[in-house]
Order: sequence, then C-alpha cells, then structure tokens
Amino acid sequence: MRIGLFIPCYIDAFFPEVGIATLELLERFGHEVVYPRDQTCCGQPMANSGFNADCAATEALFVRNFSGFEYVVAPSGSCVHHVRDNFDAIEQTAEVTEVRTRTFELVEFLHDILKIEALPWARFPHRVGLHNSCGTLRALKHARPSELHVPFFSKPMDLLSKVDGIEFVTPARPDECCGFGGTFSVFEEVVSTKMGYDKVSDHARAGAEYIVSADTSCLMHQQGCAERIGVPLKFIHIAQILNGASA
Amino acid sequence: MSTGPKQSHDNGLHPELLPPDDPDAIYHNGHRLDHAEGVSRPMRSKPEPQPRGARVHGNRPIDQAEAAGRFIAAPEHEKMHDERLWDLRQKRDREMHGIEEWEELRSLASAIKEHTLTHLDQYLEQFEANARANGIHVHWARDAAEHNRIVHGILRDHGAKSLIKSKSMLTEECGFRPYMASVGIEVVETDLGERIQQLDNEDPSHVVVPAVHKLRTDVAQVFARTIGADPNNSDVHYLAEAQREANRPLILAADAGMTGANFVVAETGTFVVCTNEGNADLSANVPKLHIASIGIEKIIPRLEHLAVFVRLLSRSALGSPMTQYTSHFRGPRQGGEMHVVLTDNGRSARLGLAEFWTSLKCIRCGACMNTCPVYRRSGGLSYGATYSGPIGLIIDPTFNAHKYSNLPFASSLNGSCTNVCPVKINIHEQIYAWRRELVKRHEVPFVKKAAMKAAGELLSRPAAYRAAIAAADFALAHLPRFVAYNGLNAWGRHRENPHPPKQTFHSWHHANRGGKQ
Repeated sequence: MRIGLFIPCYIDAFFPEVGIATLELLERFGHEVVYPRDQTCCGQPMANSGFNADCAATEALFVRNFSGFEYVVAPSGSCVHHVRDNFDAIEQTAEVTEVRTRTFELVEFLHDILKIEALPWARFPHRVGLHNSCGTLRALKHARPSELHVPFFSKPMDLLSKVDGIEFVTPARPDECCGFGGTFSVFEEVVSTKMGYDKVSDHARAGAEYIVSADTSCLMHQQGCAERIGVPLKFIHIAQILNGASA
Repeated sequence: MSTGPKQSHDNGLHPELLPPDDPDAIYHNGHRLDHAEGVSRPMRSKPEPQPRGARVHGNRPIDQAEAAGRFIAAPEHEKMHDERLWDLRQKRDREMHGIEEWEELRSLASAIKEHTLTHLDQYLEQFEANARANGIHVHWARDAAEHNRIVHGILRDHGAKSLIKSKSMLTEECGFRPYMASVGIEVVETDLGERIQQLDNEDPSHVVVPAVHKLRTDVAQVFARTIGADPNNSDVHYLAEAQREANRPLILAADAGMTGANFVVAETGTFVVCTNEGNADLSANVPKLHIASIGIEKIIPRLEHLAVFVRLLSRSALGSPMTQYTSHFRGPRQGGEMHVVLTDNGRSARLGLAEFWTSLKCIRCGACMNTCPVYRRSGGLSYGATYSGPIGLIIDPTFNAHKYSNLPFASSLNGSCTNVCPVKINIHEQIYAWRRELVKRHEVPFVKKAAMKAAGELLSRPAAYRAAIAAADFALAHLPRFVAYNGLNAWGRHRENPHPPKQTFHSWHHANRGGKQ
C-alpha cells in the first residue's frame, strides 16, 4: 500500500533517527512510503493552547500534503490525536474527514492495520520501562489505563513482546503523566518539570535502562529532566526498537 | 512523655536480652513507645513553613503557576500532598476492582444525572411539594447574596447568634462565613479539616479533605495560635483531642445548625448528607433549627437512584466502600424546624452552556483532584478559587472568566480525571474547550496570543518554515522560541534542551531517498 509519512516538526528537527526508523520499518513490510516534502506540523501547538483559528492554515496545509494516501502514518501519538479528534479549524469537507480518518499512529497502524506477527530483525537486550503517553493511552486507546475497570490490553506491549531479549520493568505509577503536555511544558514549567523528575525517578527506581515510548515529545521532556537531575536513563522511540536498533 | 535516659527496664528480662541503648527512644511512664505515636515527634526543631495559596489581587487573573511553584519549593509539603492523594487514588482503584459492574455504575450515574439536569425544573418542583408535605420550609435563592440573606433572615427570626455547620462547597461559593461574620453571627465548622481551615482563615484546598495540604506541624501551629494547644506537639491524637475539647462546647451551645446535602430525592422530598465524622449529624441534630444549603443540581428523581451514587461516592473519593454516615433527613424533629435553601448561583446559566453543562453532574467526590498530577504537586489553594483541581478548571471560569482565565491552562490534558470521574464528566475535553472559549473571549495574555499567531503563520508556510529550521542548530535557536513564548527560556530553566542532530529528517530524506516524493 501507499503510505504518507508524517514526521512532526520536533522529530524532524531534533530526532531524525525516529523518522528514519519509522520509514525503514514501514518499508520492511513492503509498503511504499512517501514523504511529502511540504509538510510542517498538524496544528496541535496552537490548538492545544486554545488558538484554534491560528491553526487553520496549518491544518489546510496538512490536508494538501496528505490527501489521497491510503494511510497516513506518524510516529507521534499526540499529533495523531489532534488530527483525529480536534482537527476542526477548517471546514470539514469530504477531503478533510477522509484524511483525518486515514491518519494513524505508528503503533496502532502496525498492530491494527498491518497486524504484524514477527519482527525477526529486532533484538533489544535491555531492561525497558514503557511510557504510554497520555494521548496514546487515553485518546488513541493504545492500552488499558489504570483508572478503568476493563480487561487488560496493550498494543505497544504486544509489539515489543515480539522483540528478542527485551525485558520490561514496571514503575510504581505506570501511567502517571510525565508532565510534557504540549505548551503546558512552558506555561507551567515548574509543575511540568517536577512531574518529569518524578516520572524518570520512578522508572529508574524500577530498574529501567531505557524508557521507550510512542511519543517523542514526552521523551524529549523526560530526557531534559533526567539530564538536569542526573538520572542515568536512556530514551528511545518504539519505532527504533521495532526497526532493530540494539542500543 | 520524655526522651532517654531510660527510666526503667524492669520487666524481668535478662540484661543481655534488653535492646541496645537508643538515644532517640521515647519513654512514657517507663515504657518505651515504639508505635507511631512514639516516633511522631518532629524530626527537626523548625518545621517547614506552610506554603500559602495563590495571591489574589481583586479581579486580576489568578497566577496558578506562581503559587504552584511556591508549593513545589516546599518539598515536605509537596511530597506529603502528592503521596497522600495518590494513596487515595490507589485505594479507589482497589475498590473499583472489587465491583465487577463499576463501569456500568458510572454509566448509570451519568445517565441519571443527565436525565435529571434536562428535567431540572420538574424534579425541583416535585421535591419542593414533597418536602413541604414533610414539614420542611423550602426557600429559593437566585444567587449567593440571596442565599446569605435568606439564611440570615431565618436565623434572625429565631434570634440565633451562633451557627454550627458541616462542610459545604456551596457555602464556600457564597462567601457565607465572611457574610455571617459581618452580621455578627458566629459560625463554627464541625468538620475537622474545615475547622482547621476556618481557624487558619484559609479556604478548603480540596472538596473532601479540606486541609490535606497541611502537615501535622502546620495544624499544631494553627491550634497553638487559636485554641491554646501546645505548638510543639503535632501528634495527631493530641491535635484531634485538643480540637474536640475546644469545639464540643460550641456545638452544644449553638443556636442553629447547618448542613449541605450530597443528594436530594425528588419523589420523597428528602435529602441525604454523607460524612465520615458524623459531624453533619451533630450540626443537624444538636440545635433545634436545621438549615440545609443545597445547590439545585444535587437532585435525583427517586430513592432507588441513590443506591447507584452511594456505591460510587466514597469509593471514588477516599477508596472506602461507604462513608461512615449516610444520613437521610425527611423533616423537622418534634419541636424543631427544618429549612432548605435551594440555590442556583450560576447553575441555570451553566446548564445553558452547550459544551460545559455536564459539569453539573459533579457529585463533589474529589477523585479528579486525587488523580490529577498537576493538582497533587500544586496544592488546592494555588488555584485561588472555590473549586480547585480538574473540576475547578471547568467550573471556576463560569463564575468569572477573567479572574480564572489561567486555570484551564493548568493541565497537561492527560485525561486521567475523566477516567476516574464517577459520573463520567469529560473533564479534560472541557478544559480543552475552555481554552478555546477563553481565546475567543480575549481572556489570554497578549504575548501568548502573539506567539501563537506567529507559530501559526510559520507552520503554514513550508518555505519559511524550512528556512527557519534549515540547520539543526538554527532550529534549536528558533523552535523553542514559539515554545518558550515568553522569551525567558521556560523550557530550559529546569530541564536540558534537546541535543541538535547533524541534520534534520528532511535533509536526511533528501540525501538518502534522492528527494523523491
């Protein structure tokens, strides 16, 4: 199938390896992956702050870039959450709703659409703590949140379990928010960073070497917090592990 | 009570079997205390001072972030607060897992509330008729001022000079205690936490546990200042007893009693008050005059509906199966008088807000506060409003959208509040919707507005955007600019910046995939 690859702005600028892993991983499964070069952002930073009108032009650009693909895939839960659930600054034409419903986050795309069964190239002999970002957990429903009385499921865990040698550790508060929260990270930077310190300390106490997540934004924040207070953790996007990164 | 030297170990043991000398051991009547009381003395001579809440300057927007920063700068308070409330959240989870039909109960509770709110007029009138038939005087108050005047009128008619009351968020909304003070009526709170807050001249910081932001040492200071307790004794039993000794005579001598209500039943004309201390029963039953202040959204159609809410309330609030007291009031006792003041105070207007009316389903359990990672680290008083935490973020702006314009931004939008809410209010979606609403009403700071407009323009023009982040170093210099909107590098103050890579994904793709689209 022909997949449009959406690489959000902060991944493009700071974490190109996440974009590369996503691209290569999708290609490993034999799909044509197209990267529209005029892409920038989904509009979430403005919308998340209440400035919906200011993201209309960005949303329109997103639709121009990604219209006509069978699927649009992004390695970022919060961006996909915006596109799917809040992308309404522009008129909801058939083209717009088509793009919105065809946009998937990488984990759910691999799990629900491609239904992948094996990752023979993937080996990650490390202790990892899984960080389900709030957008993937409670909006995209990647896994069971601890607040609900529903049967256990976890799409990222299903995928990571196919990786050879991986070992999981569970922090005391597995799905507490890490404090990134988009522009919250700067509007309320003291609370945001305190949440980040607590999150990385919790993972470190559980014995994690790596924190793995489907959201690079959370990882960028957690890494910044860990480095500031000297917690020796490493951070990696789930796409990199699934694509065969070994460290 | 004294600390070493040991007074006596004469308990018949061979000296070899006695514990080694412990200079920190505490002895009482010759016996070593090794239970919690024995080790509850302060660890250091000067306890950490209590961080105070938001600074309120008239109608100026409350700066929640500033107050939260001060709370976090008091690590003993912040840690205790976070851990105590997280403990409630965990207890709630355990209770939830004990009820197979938990999610069904939540759906039922939500449906009952939505039905009632969309037929509010008819159920309120049904309640009024049935309550009158039960011998209850029913009053209607349009707003806080009318509520206070009505209550004052009832008290004046009875020549009442003192009033004991149980906890009620509605009376907090109404500024009831200051009003009563202004007309010379003494009000005594009977809930322990609320009494602590009253004596300290602070608002409740939480709807269920109003003094949860205070350490025992803070309470000892308050009691020393107000009821003559020992400032250096922060033992919880001592503090509770000191308060009891001071408060009970006031309760026994009070001229009138006041309660709120957790639920009001239309078909029976009765109301229900849930407490763990039994203090509502003291307030209602000791004096002959009982006044209940009740928000109009508290109504449910039938008694059978109560079963749904009673199963959810305390499990959600404190992680206990039920409150210690669930008291039903159906009319005045012999020789007594009972009044109900049904109060609107903005509720009808809220009911008319398409995106926000379901906030009226709230049963004030506080589960959203207990689970909120921002609330736990900020303290309830940082919100500078009657309602704090997630539910506060969506209710407070309905009272004053300017003063509380910052509150909906005090959230990471993580959504845990929505998941714990026993009546399924979509709290985090309403927080998001309030942000949009406040921008529409121009209730956001100009710098934020300018930064977002600039970001919107840059991100919608690919060529300009590419030029801005052409080099990764350049990106680091410029990207955080619309993140660090205030130019003070809010990102980097307490955490490190991301490390710029050699090339962006965009340029990698160009180099490695030949730029083919």
